[in-house]
Amino acid sequence: MTTGTTSSRKAPISRKAMGTAALLALAAVLPLAITEPSQQNFLILILMGAQMGVAWNIVGGYAGQVSLGHAVFYGIGAYTSTMLLTTLGLTPWIGALAGGLLAAIFAIAMGWPCFRLKGHYFAMATIAVAEIVQILVTNSDALEGAVGLYLPMDRNGWGWLIFLSKLPYYYVILGLLVLTVLVSWLIERSHIGYYFRAIKDEPEAARALGVSLTRYKLIALSVSAFLTALGGSFYAQKEMFIDPGSVFAGTISIKIALIAILGGVGRLTGPVLGAVILITIEEYSRTLFGSTGSGTDMIIYAAMIILVAVFSPSGVLGLLGDLHRHLGRHLPGTKPAEVKTEKMEIRP
Amino acid sequence: MTADILIQVLVSGLLIGLIYALVAVGLTLIFGVMDIVNFAHGEFLMLGMYASFWAFALFAIDPIVALPLTALLLFAVGVIVYQTVIRRILKAPMLSQIFATFGLMILLRGLAQFFWKPDHRLIPHSLVSGNIALGPVQFGLPQFVAALGAVGVTGALWLFLHRTRLGTALEATAIDREAATLMGIDGQKMFALAWGIGAACAGLAGGLIATFFPIFPEVGSNFILIAFVVVVLGGFGSVTGAFLAGIIVGLIEVLGGFLVGPEYKTAIVLSLLLIVLLVRPRGLLGKA
Repeated sequence: MTTGTTSSRKAPISRKAMGTAALLALAAVLPLAITEPSQQNFLILILMGAQMGVAWNIVGGYAGQVSLGHAVFYGIGAYTSTMLLTTLGLTPWIGALAGGLLAAIFAIAMGWPCFRLKGHYFAMATIAVAEIVQILVTNSDALEGAVGLYLPMDRNGWGWLIFLSKLPYYYVILGLLVLTVLVSWLIERSHIGYYFRAIKDEPEAARALGVSLTRYKLIALSVSAFLTALGGSFYAQKEMFIDPGSVFAGTISIKIALIAILGGVGRLTGPVLGAVILITIEEYSRTLFGSTGSGTDMIIYAAMIILVAVFSPSGVLGLLGDLHRHLGRHLPGTKPAEVKTEKMEIRP
Repeated sequence: MTADILIQVLVSGLLIGLIYALVAVGLTLIFGVMDIVNFAHGEFLMLGMYASFWAFALFAIDPIVALPLTALLLFAVGVIVYQTVIRRILKAPMLSQIFATFGLMILLRGLAQFFWKPDHRLIPHSLVSGNIALGPVQFGLPQFVAALGAVGVTGALWLFLHRTRLGTALEATAIDREAATLMGIDGQKMFALAWGIGAACAGLAGGLIATFFPIFPEVGSNFILIAFVVVVLGGFGSVTGAFLAGIIVGLIEVLGGFLVGPEYKTAIVLSLLLIVLLVRPRGLLGKA
């Protein structure tokens, strides 16, 4: 891809690749340095949050279709792999894929009618769909309703993706995050990515050029749903217990959207940054004020979301970028263009 | 016998439907005037409920007596929200607009949880309590008074919009913002007014139901979804439409719960939202 371009253009890309490789290496050895299980768990939570956010970003960020009901895909993933495991004894490696496919099919079935709606209406429709599914699952005897499902303890190891220590979970979710980022990155670079952005920024122009809006929105939603469902299956494997409240709830939908929004929608690294911020605040306020009911984490990130919406629609990432450009302008001898490429490097 | 039950069901549907209508008129007013959907509208209702609760717990003022105070307080909240947040995102991309009111929703919920604890609270021994029996039909006095209040407030809002200069200006802004501005109507003032009135309506609804509904930080989430359904069914921006749609949604909810099972009543109402959005997106009385 880069071979045909000039060396000046090639350099930052390979530097970026090196940065990515370094970051990945750091992520791989990090849990060897941090061995405390609760701290490893914290890292796992961040990776889980990042994975959700990156997956949401495909439809909410790139294609600009704000879903406030992503828990429906998360729940489908968690329930499919768990049901296949408990009833048929099927390994979650296959169960998670089945869950992803089911979520993608559901996304198409739901998107087909809902994508006729624009903006606010679409967001509302996604809330409604997720809420309806949660009610149906809660009242379904076959899915153990409100009681929830336990995963079998006796089958552990890599074949069953159930582990007795935190470390293997860390590598599984890291792998899943890398996969999710990779898919996003490929989409971002391909013609599909251009169409997504066209749908978001200039829907009428895109339509006039013959881009089938519904088709590409469906692609965005189903890919996002597939990846979100994989995250849901991972949650089930890690917690070994699921119920409608833990995987289908509206609060999960909110969290998924918040992570991406907070960090910055439409960019690959935004949701990762969002996850680091959000999960850190969540865990810190939990240790500070106790596990239930303080609401401080909500207050802090709600305030951040509002600030971001008012001052910088492109998220904390955009805010940092603005700040950096602003500072850069006042530094003697720095050209704004250079500052801009530097900013790309700093982003993990 | 079955006819009696049916009448009973319809009456309770009507009573709750009128409350839904009151919550929804504020939402639809804001949307009609400025094309912004207020995801935090349920939280205005929650604040109204807490205003009643604290008036009762601290000063022993009955929720019904406290209503004017609640309305005034929430009007102020609405105007403050407009001036601090909404005013700045009027021209922002739609994503930012969704995030701003969505963030507001989470902020208000979080603040309520932090200051007032997540407990469910009740107001005991309100002025209005007990049941009324009309032949075979029975219903709670608090529910009846709340429904009556909802009709009164919605009626007063309708009169304000159609019979006063200020109200007509607001209505004109909703119909055609640019033309209204050309007629010398101050758009900013109208927007702030819409937020004030919208929040006051939701707050009044909260005050009215505080006599019989549990009060907790997330109570708004029950109502916002139903209010969306009402607004969409009535037609975005139409106060009269929201009033009619509120009654219809209340009836469908109670009737659906009665026929299919109470655990499915919310699912039935939300399915109605999807059906309306797909079959007739402009709703009953909305602009085409």
